[in-house]
Order: sequence, then structure tokens, then C-alpha cells
Amino acid sequence: MDFDLIINSFPKLLFASITTLKLLSVSLFIGLFIGLFFSILRVNNNIILGKIAYGYSYTFRGTPLLVQIFIIYYGFGQVELIRESFLWAILKEPYWCAVIAFALNTGAYTSEILRSAFQTIKPGFIEAGKSLGVPNKLIFYKIQIPIAIRQSLPAYGNEIILMLKGTSLASTVTLMDLTGVAKYIISTTFKPIEVFIIAGSIYLFFTFIIHNVIKFLEKKYSF
Amino acid sequence: MNIFKKLGLGLLISLFLTISANADKIRIGTEGAYPPWNSKDASGKLIGFEVELAWALCRYIGQQCVIVEQDWDGMIPALQMRKFDAIMAGMSITDERKKVITFSQGYADEVASLAVMKGSDLEGMETPEGINLSLGGSGVNKALKTITGALAGKTVCTQTGTIHQNFLESGDVGKVNVRTYKTQDDVNLDLASGRCDVALAAAVAFTDYAEKSGKPVVLVGPTFSGGAFGNGVGVGLRQASQMGEDSAQGKRDAALLKAFNKAIDQARKDGVISRLAIKHFGFDASM
Amino acid sequence: MELLSFGKTGWGDELIVATIMTLAVSVTAMLIGFIFALIFTPLKLSKNKFFNLIANFYTTIIRGVPELLVIYLFFFGGSSAIMFVGSIFGYNDYIEINAFLTGAFSIGIISGAYSTEVFRGAIQSIDKGQFEASNVLGFNKALRFYKIILPQMLRLSIPNLSNVWQITLKDTSLISVTGLVEIMRQSYIAAGSTRDPLLFYTVAAILYLILTFLSMKIINRLEIKYNRGY
Repeated sequence: MDFDLIINSFPKLLFASITTLKLLSVSLFIGLFIGLFFSILRVNNNIILGKIAYGYSYTFRGTPLLVQIFIIYYGFGQVELIRESFLWAILKEPYWCAVIAFALNTGAYTSEILRSAFQTIKPGFIEAGKSLGVPNKLIFYKIQIPIAIRQSLPAYGNEIILMLKGTSLASTVTLMDLTGVAKYIISTTFKPIEVFIIAGSIYLFFTFIIHNVIKFLEKKYSF
Repeated sequence: MNIFKKLGLGLLISLFLTISANADKIRIGTEGAYPPWNSKDASGKLIGFEVELAWALCRYIGQQCVIVEQDWDGMIPALQMRKFDAIMAGMSITDERKKVITFSQGYADEVASLAVMKGSDLEGMETPEGINLSLGGSGVNKALKTITGALAGKTVCTQTGTIHQNFLESGDVGKVNVRTYKTQDDVNLDLASGRCDVALAAAVAFTDYAEKSGKPVVLVGPTFSGGAFGNGVGVGLRQASQMGEDSAQGKRDAALLKAFNKAIDQARKDGVISRLAIKHFGFDASM
Repeated sequence: MELLSFGKTGWGDELIVATIMTLAVSVTAMLIGFIFALIFTPLKLSKNKFFNLIANFYTTIIRGVPELLVIYLFFFGGSSAIMFVGSIFGYNDYIEINAFLTGAFSIGIISGAYSTEVFRGAIQSIDKGQFEASNVLGFNKALRFYKIILPQMLRLSIPNLSNVWQITLKDTSLISVTGLVEIMRQSYIAAGSTRDPLLFYTVAAILYLILTFLSMKIINRLEIKYNRGY
């Protein structure tokens, strides 16, 4: 064990985790909207829209995140048509490629989590709203969505942790996140074990925080 | 507990059954993603200058060899971990690497160059044809200044953990916006896509890519050698001291260094290195 | 399409071999994971605090650290550890673990942490009365485990294990550092060599989808089969 290396690389890795957290929060934010949109399509009565939403979620849950990033970054980057379109302004940047891949990926899982939450809401809640003369729209926004969010908290907490781990793949498209900087330090020091252990501990620390925040929220919003 | 004992035993056996059947063979690590130095063909076979040279050197040494594929970013750690005994992967001999491993004498020159896509404003950069950073002098300084100006504000792409990256980060060409990739193939892809304004690698890596892809990649600026670019490409080996100079492994490592040096001498004398270089690079890069 | 043809010039046959490799390494990793889970689940449920600590240490770390890092750590640290064990027994030569086992083990460690959680949940959901009943019938601990807990645990675990299987299958895409040529590495090589990443990564995605689709069909059948009578 090279303790000097551990002490020297710790601040660099800590600094790099800002990029990791930024990637995570932006992707989760966008992914939440994607997830909500597709989960509504799923519980909607329109069969075709439901099928499309299912196809989306099945594809993104059935393939590795790494493949998804590579298609978006390296795959689309080689297509002339895309390079000449307005999309290129976004896809040119590794950061946005990673965010798009992460958001679409977490969106797929989120849509599943929300869908099952919507479907397990007791009909009584909705009926109660209806009998009080509350308009359908209001029932949806004020009753169904809040209950669904509460129901989904534990599963969504897991999803946040999975996504935190997923952001480590940003390093495969040249981003200098926590894993990217760890790899960089290794490429000059040739000491993978020490560096990966520190990087791993930092990830673990974040997991721990996320886990406990979700637990706290679960308690706070329990019925 | 019996079942756990059995399972544990089974686990150990399955591990130890793979105890190297190749103990008496020299294992050589290569990347297989740096054409024309080393790469893979459509049937998954390793090919390229260094693969053929490795076979030739092994014949001179008179021992059987196995060529092991290893990602570039794990190359030196894997050597130290004894996953293989030697590296032949277009690895330049540099002082930085010499701190952790040792090298045979050089067998080929790697000439580095910047490359851009046709139409880039970097084309027509006025510099000498080649600069040697070890020599220094006003000519070199002037060229570096020109390059510093040209690279300012540009995204410069290169492979992670290479002499090229070291050079770009050395400060010789100012503060450069460097983007690093796992393989040279990826660098090439992003140079062509336009995500990279300019790339730095072995000149042959670009000419090989331009030729095979038909993409208008052009070399610009001088060719680089010396300084951060090291002193040619050699066989990377474990330092005998790593396992203890008196240990069996340490002695073996020291003997391997001698054997490679001798084999390279012979291959050079017989013209084998030149012949392979011309075949793969189109010119004699042997040294 | 020529790029996907079979034979010397195309990558079709290589991709099929790689798909079989992905399947083989996933199944092996899953089984290795079961072994880990069978070791750690009892520790997790044990009344001994120290055993709990060990088991929690394992599942928390593995599930809290990116798979990529676990694989790198196993790849670089694993062989050193094994050689250290070898040196205790006086074996100082290099011990080669082939790429397949390295890959299967690194994924197996991950898969095992998830399986442990699934088994734990399944055992905890077994009706307490059955434990008491088996005590009354004079079953000893081992017999109780094999005849009563294990069969039910497996049945109750199937739905969640199918999730673990999906995770395991997809995680194999990350083992390229070990040099094992599975779907992802083969597509990476092909994309680099042919300079057509869109084609090969799309093919990779389709191959993974086929694997998940087929395996889900099989798991669903198992579920129906073992739930007969309930």
C-alpha cells in the first residue's frame, strides 16, 4: 500500500466527485420527467401508447447502460445526418451524451416504478375524491401523484443508488468524473488498487448518504 | 458446515486447476488496438508489426511464446502483477515508465505527429519538419511557440496514459484542453466526427486510419521525438528488483531482459526488424 | 451488411461466439453468486453480531460501489491475493486465472451480493410456524435447512432472482478489462476495426435484448412450474 499516493489523490478524487454528483442530479431530474411521462402512458387506456411506453422501458432495461452510452456517443457521432443537424450542438459534447444516456436509462426504470405505484393506489382514494366532486385533473395531481411518489420512495431510492454507480461509465466517453480521474491517476502512477479503493470509498460514502436520506423521507411521509 | 467445506474446496480446485499451463513459455502482452503496431483482424487474430516481431524475437530466444491481449490502461499494472512477462505494445521508453518497469533496447522509432481533418485552420502551420525535444535550441523553441498558439482554445485528443498525453500536459505547448480516450481507435473516431479539433499520436496511426477509412485526415506541424516522447519503442519488462533480485522470479526477469536485448541485436543484424517495419509502416522505422 | 457476414471477412460468426460467451460467463457468474449467497445468507440471518457484520460488509460494499470498480479491483487485486495464498503454501510461480474465470468471479461477487439479499428476504418471509413445526417433529438444523427452508427459499426467490439474473447478464458488458471476448468487447473491437460503431453497438444492444427476452421466458415458465400447488 502506498499511503502517500492515497493522501495525494484523495483531494483530486473528491474534487472529481463534483462532476459525478452533477451528472447524477441532472440525469435524475430529466429522467424523472421522462419516467413520469411514460408511466402515465402505461396506465393510460390507449393501447398503442401503452405499447410504445412498454417498448421504451423494455429496451432500456434489457440492454447494458454501457451499450446505450456507446450508441449515443460513438454511434451517433459517425452519422453524417446527425452531425449536420441541430442535434449535433448537444451530441458533440461528451457531457450531454452521458446525460442523455443516463436520463433515458433511469427514465425507463422510473417509469416502471411509478407505473406500479399508480396501479397499487387503492381505488378508494380516487373514489373518495370523485364523491367529493373533485375534478379528475385535480384528483390526478393532488391525490394520485403524491401517493404514487410516496409509494415509490423505497424503489426510487434504490434507483438513485444504481444511477450513482452508473455514472461511473461517463469515464468511457472521456468525462473526468470520479472514475475518470481515478483512471487518470492510475495511468501516471500505475497503482490501481490504492486509487480504486479510495474512489470506491467515496462512492460508498455517497451511497450511504442517499440511503439514509431516502429512509428519512420514507419515515417523514409514511401514512 | 460440511457442504460449505465441500463448496470451498471445489472453488479452490477450480481456481488452481488453471495454474499456468504456460509456465515455461514467455507471455507477451499487447493491446491489439494500435494499428499498425498491433491490432486484431476480423477473425479475432492479433496482427501487426509487433505481433510478427514478437514471434521473430521468440524464435531467436529459442523459447515458445504466448501473446496475451491487454487493454492499454492496465498494461503496466498487469506486467507487474505477472499476468505476462513482457510488453510489446508500441510502448516508448520513457524515464517516467522506467521508474516502475525496465525496458530492453529500442527496436523501433515512434514518430509522433499532430493530425487534423482536411479544412482545419491548423493546416499549413509553419514549423520545421521534425523537432527533437531533447536537443532543444531556438528552432525547437520557435516551433513549440507556433504550436502553442495553434492549439490554444482547441480540443486536443489523445490516448490515455501515453507519451502524447504527457507531452500535452508537460506545459511545453502551454495549457492545452486535452481529452483522453481508452484506445487510438476512439481518438480516430472523434477526430473524424469533429468532436476533436486536433489529435496527437504516432504518425503511422493516423496515416493507417486515413488509408483504411478513406477519411481526409492530414498530418500537421512537425514530427516529435525526444523529451517527453522517450527514446524509441522497446520491450517493457519487470524490474528484477520487483520480485527481489535473488528470488527465482527476479533472476528469471533479469535473464529475460538479456535474452530480449540479444534477440533484438540479432533481428536487427538479419534485417528482420527493417523488413517488418517496411511491411507494416511503409518505411524503415527500425532502430 | 457485409460486415456482419460469416467467415473471414465478416464479424457475424465472432459475434455469435461472443454471445455464447456472454451467456456462459453470466450463468457461471450467477452460480458463483449463489455460492456466495449460500455462504453469506446464513451469516446475515445469524444471531451472532460478528457474522452479521461480515455479511453486511459484503453486501453493502458490493452494492454501493460501481460495478466497474469492483471488477477492476478484482482483476488487479484478485490475482495478487491468490498468489499471496499460493506463496503461503510455498508456490511462488505465477498462477494464471484465465480470463473466463476472472470475469465470472468478478461478476459473481457482485451477483452474489444481490442474491444474498434475495435469499434473506425469502427466508424471512417463510412462515415462522414452519420452523416451530419442524422443531416439534424433531428435525435437526441441517435437515430443517435442506428439507424445509431451502426448497421454499428457492421458490420464493424466483421472481427476484430474475432481476438478479438481468443485472448479472448486463454487468458482463463491463468485464472487457479481463480480456474476455464477450458481446461488448467483440463489438468494441469490431467497431474500432471497421470504424462503424453505430452498426456494431446496435447489434450488441439487439443481442442483449434477445438474451434478456429469452431468459425471461424461461424464468416465467419456472415460476409457473414451481408455483403449482400454491
